[in-house]
Amino acid sequence: MFLTYLRRELRRRRKAALVVALGLALGIGLVITVSSVAAGMRDAQDEVLHSLYGVGTDLTVSKEADESDGGPQTFRIGPGEDGEDSTETDDRLMPLGGFQHLDASAVDDVAAQDGVDTAVGALALNDIEFKGDFRQGRIAGGAGGQAAPGQGGPGGGAGDGEGGPRIEGGGADIDVDSFTVTGVDVTRQDVGPLSSSRISDGATFGKNDTDALKAVVDSAYAKDEGLKTGDKITIKGKKFEVVGIATADTGAATANVYIPLQRAQQLSDADLEDKVSTIYVKADSSEDIPAVKDAIDENVAGASVTSASDLAEQVSGNLSTASNLATNIGRWLSVVVLVAAFLLAGLLTMSAVGRRVREFGTLKALGWRSGRVVRQVMGEAFVNGILGGVLGIALGIAGAYVVTAVAPTLDASVGPASDAPEGAVLRGPQKMLDEATTSVEVALQAPVTLSVIALAVALAAAGGLIAGCFGGWRAARLRPADALRRVE
Amino acid sequence: MYQLTGVTKRYQRGKEAIDALAGVDLTIADGDQLVVRGPTGGGKSTLLQLLGGLDRATSGTVSLDGTDLGGLSEAALTRVRAATIGFVFQSFNLIPTLSAQENVETALAPLGVKAAERARRAAEALESVGLAERLTHLPGELSGGQQQRVAIARALVKQPKVLLADEPTGNLDEDTRDDIVGLLEGLWKELGLTYVLVTHDSSIAKRAPRLAVIRKGRLKVTEREAA
Ligand SMILES: Nc1ncnc2c1ncn2[C@@H]1O[C@H](COP(=O)(O)OP(=O)(O)OP(=O)(O)O)[C@@H](O)[C@H]1O
Ligand SMILES: [Mg+2]
Repeated sequence: MFLTYLRRELRRRRKAALVVALGLALGIGLVITVSSVAAGMRDAQDEVLHSLYGVGTDLTVSKEADESDGGPQTFRIGPGEDGEDSTETDDRLMPLGGFQHLDASAVDDVAAQDGVDTAVGALALNDIEFKGDFRQGRIAGGAGGQAAPGQGGPGGGAGDGEGGPRIEGGGADIDVDSFTVTGVDVTRQDVGPLSSSRISDGATFGKNDTDALKAVVDSAYAKDEGLKTGDKITIKGKKFEVVGIATADTGAATANVYIPLQRAQQLSDADLEDKVSTIYVKADSSEDIPAVKDAIDENVAGASVTSASDLAEQVSGNLSTASNLATNIGRWLSVVVLVAAFLLAGLLTMSAVGRRVREFGTLKALGWRSGRVVRQVMGEAFVNGILGGVLGIALGIAGAYVVTAVAPTLDASVGPASDAPEGAVLRGPQKMLDEATTSVEVALQAPVTLSVIALAVALAAAGGLIAGCFGGWRAARLRPADALRRVE
Repeated sequence: MYQLTGVTKRYQRGKEAIDALAGVDLTIADGDQLVVRGPTGGGKSTLLQLLGGLDRATSGTVSLDGTDLGGLSEAALTRVRAATIGFVFQSFNLIPTLSAQENVETALAPLGVKAAERARRAAEALESVGLAERLTHLPGELSGGQQQRVAIARALVKQPKVLLADEPTGNLDEDTRDDIVGLLEGLWKELGLTYVLVTHDSSIAKRAPRLAVIRKGRLKVTEREAA
């Protein structure tokens, strides 16, 4: 009887069932879409963070800011003493962005901390090659003034106007060729700058290549410069063989060229023997990260630790806006809509019971126990809930599909470039980002996972049962005598 | 056998109290027929509800075969309704989404009758009220008289001891009315039921062997010698 009655009710009161189901479906669909988008946002953020840090890197350690360090760089480059036109070159391998460095021994100190799985050092450098063609300026115009050689500084000639003699034509064509070089620990490549790239051609460094003249080149840079594996690349006069091409997972590489750490330390113009700019740390487990961060802060002198979440907080651009939207507003919105949908389903079920007072009263008069009537009402509501769940999953998947199909591109930029206070000293990956990759673009996906579907089914069942409880409560309280009195 | 002593049913509406029944004494022997008449609001339906175990008296006792219905638990009262009492209502009260046969089956569901047996007995009951051809019709697809026949089949399919009918012809036209009254009377005689019929129909009242009139909650029984 239960099933027959249930089937008949649902079939012959399709509209009423559909209204309840649709209400639930909207709520559940929204939850699915929002969860999927939020998951997509997390993926996108992970992707961004990984591209900044390298997959598997939980923390980075850099030298604490020290005001006394650093200073303007000066280049000794100019025309020869003899006043002749000349071509001069200067190749500098300077620290990238700043002059704070950690002693290499700090890598071991960090590795010794509890909860640290791996710690590797890296040294970020910038190779700048200046090539200048210098021409002498000539004094022109004026009242027969004697021609005298003037020196053209970089950037062009200068004149003082006012009808006086002018220096003309002096200047320099300076070619600045710059690329970033990162020294990597060839013995531990699972963590560190190279871990966010995969080798798309050739091979990476071998474990014994600690001072080999080998280089791995980022694919984007290789393309620009026409470099292939087997080619040679010159850094500070040394010829490095390109052994591999690395493609960054998200198109944002840490450096243009990677060389063994020891080589980088030796070749640097600043005195960086036994120095590293960043230590990449992998924790034993993600729960340990905060503790590890504190331990390093406390026990390693002069260390400044940045975790992925610190960095995530500094991610700006529409990815972080969208992510906040999805995780905060989206979550609240879906909770509110879900609660509203549940309430609506409950009230609709209750009012449906209200419209069937005489029907249920009659059944009670026929000797149906309250429990039997309640079970019937709950059964209907439950099926409505499941129906709503199915519709909701369809709606939710459709919503997620639309988001994925449109796949809006989100950009994320990290660091003080946009929002650091004036004069802030940039450190660690932020510094690198500021110099090398300030902005990453990722396409937003909204993956619908099985667990989200399971959540939706559970919600649907819960919604149905909640609605059923409303209706059942009403049906249970119904006195047959009252029910029969009612004239419809 | 019904035995009512000093039955009062008081409805409290705010400060106002209405005695729908006031000190009713009544005995109905097994297999007897009682016709109940009276002005509207007199308390006829209230009496029927107390007889049928749908409600409890405010004071006094309603006993059926020696059991005080007012003293039973809700569950026990529900069992009495399921097994012993058949109701027929003025507005048929069929379940609109169920077919004629399924409607009749609803009376057997609380008795734990198996599905196949239920269907068979329901079909038989419908046959006995002349609706053998209408088993799969929905109430909306039946005339008023046919709907009331389904309701009668539903009341009688469980072979109750008591049949309570509250103005069963109130919603029917004159010709159909006679059909239904005739059908009920035939079944009463055939099945040996205790039969209480509430009606406004004076022609029925005139023929009734035993007539009760309720006015303002007070009941007066007129016995008539069978002609
Ligand atoms: N649930 C209730 N609450 C308050 N008063 C009620 C309730 N049920 C019935 N009454 C009152 O009790 C009195 C008797 O009602 P009852 O339905 O028994 O009359 P009736 O004789 O069946 O009338 P009718 O011929 O119109 O069906 C009426 O005055 C009615 O207003
Ligand atoms: Mg009445």
